[in-house]
Amino acid sequence: MIAAGTPAPDFTLRNQDGEKVSLSDFRGRKAMLVFYPLDFSPVCSDQLSIYQEVKPEIEAKGVEMIGISVDHAFAHKAFQEKLGIDTTLLADFEPKGEVARAYGAYIEKAGHASRSLVLIDEQGTVEWVHESPTPLEIPGANLIFDALEADR
Amino acid sequence: MRSRPTAELTSAPVPPVGPQDHRRGEGPELIVYADLGCPHCAAAWEEISGRRARLVFRHFPVAGKHPRSPALHAAAEAAGAQGRFFEIVDSLYADRGRVDDPHLWERAKRLGLDLDRFEADRRSDAVAVRVRRDFESGIRAGVTGTPATFPGRAVD
Repeated sequence: MIAAGTPAPDFTLRNQDGEKVSLSDFRGRKAMLVFYPLDFSPVCSDQLSIYQEVKPEIEAKGVEMIGISVDHAFAHKAFQEKLGIDTTLLADFEPKGEVARAYGAYIEKAGHASRSLVLIDEQGTVEWVHESPTPLEIPGANLIFDALEADR
Repeated sequence: MRSRPTAELTSAPVPPVGPQDHRRGEGPELIVYADLGCPHCAAAWEEISGRRARLVFRHFPVAGKHPRSPALHAAAEAAGAQGRFFEIVDSLYADRGRVDDPHLWERAKRLGLDLDRFEADRRSDAVAVRVRRDFESGIRAGVTGTPATFPGRAVD
């Protein structure tokens, strides 16, 4: 897993609408990258649904929350619609998992990202990371707020 | 519809049981964060409510998983305002298939509720705030799935 204090690797990926999104687009704001294994899987559905419930509170702290998995943009769109969420989902699809690998958040033998959170500050430096011990474990949304609090 | 008091959502222990909580039964306190739209909660409800415990129900609706949950929690709170909180919870968990508005009116009628008041209450800000307060306390305690149970005080 990438370490806090290191520059966050930049990337450009397509979102659920097929639009290109770069990490550098968020320069000047904080970004919370939510790496997760797979669209439509039960645990990922729980995680993104719960985070959606507190998304306004996360945004109120000046933080953009961005989900990233190896799924394609079309799958992301369907997943968003199924959950009724509006969190941006980026497709780390081709080369598969390249961004997750750059952040040390890729599980080679599983072929998908680990369940990891990466907080990036306004200057593009990794400020805080959390990796779930297993992909079955959802980091509570409270951990996001703890990280934002610690930063103040 | 949701309240937005920009609450602090940092980690915090589960709040102790207070007079504002929905409580049923006698025995050691058992605090349950539950989602009224959640099939796991429905499956576990009979067992949980059969325990010798003072059951404390806290709202944890997650709309992404269960789109009707916010409406069901608001309805339960509105029934609670007329003293029928656990009756409607039991009813919703016993029969998960009928959760649209006409079904809620039927359930309310069966429980002898004042329907006009039920309708006004379930759409009120006060009810939304009350449900959200429980939800946020669950978030702060790290709840990521339902039902989530926590022991409260051992004896009353």
